[in-house]
Amino acid sequence: MKKKQLKVDPIKTGTVIDHITAGKALQVAEILNISNSESEIMVGINLYSKKMGKKDIIKIENRELSEEEAGSIALISPTATLIIIENYKVVRKFFIDVPEKIKHHIICPNPNCITNIESVPTLFFLAGKNPVEVRCSYCEKKYFIEDVKFSF
Amino acid sequence: MKNLISMRDISKEDILKLIDSANKIETGKIKVDMSGKLAALLFFEPSTRTHFSFETAVKKLGGNTFSMSGTSSTSVKKGETLSDTLMTISMYVDIIIIRHIIEGAARFASETVNIPVINAGDGTNQHPTQAMLDLYSIQKTQGSLNNLTVGMVGDLRLGRTVHSLAQALSDFNPTFYFASPRHLQMPAYIKDDLKAKNIKFTELEDIKEVMHTLDIMYVTRIQKERFAVLEDYEKVKDSYIITKKLLEGVKKNFKVLHPLPRVNEITKDVDDTEYAYYFQQARNGVFMRQAIIAELLNLEKH
Ligand SMILES: [Zn+2]
Repeated sequence: MKKKQLKVDPIKTGTVIDHITAGKALQVAEILNISNSESEIMVGINLYSKKMGKKDIIKIENRELSEEEAGSIALISPTATLIIIENYKVVRKFFIDVPEKIKHHIICPNPNCITNIESVPTLFFLAGKNPVEVRCSYCEKKYFIEDVKFSF
Repeated sequence: MKNLISMRDISKEDILKLIDSANKIETGKIKVDMSGKLAALLFFEPSTRTHFSFETAVKKLGGNTFSMSGTSSTSVKKGETLSDTLMTISMYVDIIIIRHIIEGAARFASETVNIPVINAGDGTNQHPTQAMLDLYSIQKTQGSLNNLTVGMVGDLRLGRTVHSLAQALSDFNPTFYFASPRHLQMPAYIKDDLKAKNIKFTELEDIKEVMHTLDIMYVTRIQKERFAVLEDYEKVKDSYIITKKLLEGVKKNFKVLHPLPRVNEITKDVDDTEYAYYFQQARNGVFMRQAIIAELLNLEKH
């Protein structure tokens, strides 16, 4: 075996989601619905990172992410960065902001919340950034993002 | 303002405006006419006092009420969704006043119907008309909401009224003392909000030492059921009972507030002192609710 092996192949054109919190790549993949995607996708888990120790990474050929998709990724992994690649070159690299308002995707953990009783889409507001906290607009309870479940 | 759902939605200006109009209604400076209009009092969770207070407010404005109390008398039992129940009722009335055990029910109601909605309590979440009448009572007794020293005593962990009041007062530069048994302290999320606004607060187990500094003392009930071990309750219960003796040496403007009903947390001999204000506080609730209804229905004032 060669000593230095390329862990994840470079892509020609597409999006790289880098610096995903180690262990969160599959959850990110789920948001992006990549099992139904036509694109070529590479997922790396527990890769070495100088900055983070360990990180996950996802590379998607020929796909741009919507703002909503990017926002949802930031919720799951606030450290994630997006890298846009064209012709093997990095054209843009940026942090993703956690959205101020999150519609639909968070399930309120409060069993006594109206969103778990009537059929009404949830709405959460960002309530803290480090660590990320969100507040249900209905029952007004505040939760760490680690403690909520998502539905996509 | 179209609805009153949560103290989080209302600004300092809204608060001052409602206090001003409650005062004008109380003193007869303005007359508001609600005749020909109907309010639905939907108390999915029964609460006699709040129900009576709203009913009195509507009737004093010249309006009429349509009441429902508990879940048995309604279609809730037949499995109709809350949204259908609300939609139907909104076809008959001009304003909905809702109390529900489910948190967020009032906000959901306000998004479902096209008429104004007032939250009369949603589970452990909000009870904004109580917070507003507390603020009105404080304004009336102190002449201002600014720079007051406020003690909150009793069960501060589960007491929805003290949470809303602490948040509402935080726009007016208060100094707080929170006195409670250790496991019934003010929850972290309220303290976080206060810290973020640079509000001074101190947590104590006994209010005695700071009595002479207080302008307002807000008392809530400690329920025996909240203690896993009865001995623990016996140990602390007397520290949270307000007696006439405790009030010796308080400031002249000092007042005791309580959301009522009380059990034994304020002794009867306090009632006759100039510091007792809890019954007037309940009376103030009617004027404040009149002001809120008038504002939401945009009633003519003259
Ligand atoms: Zn909720």
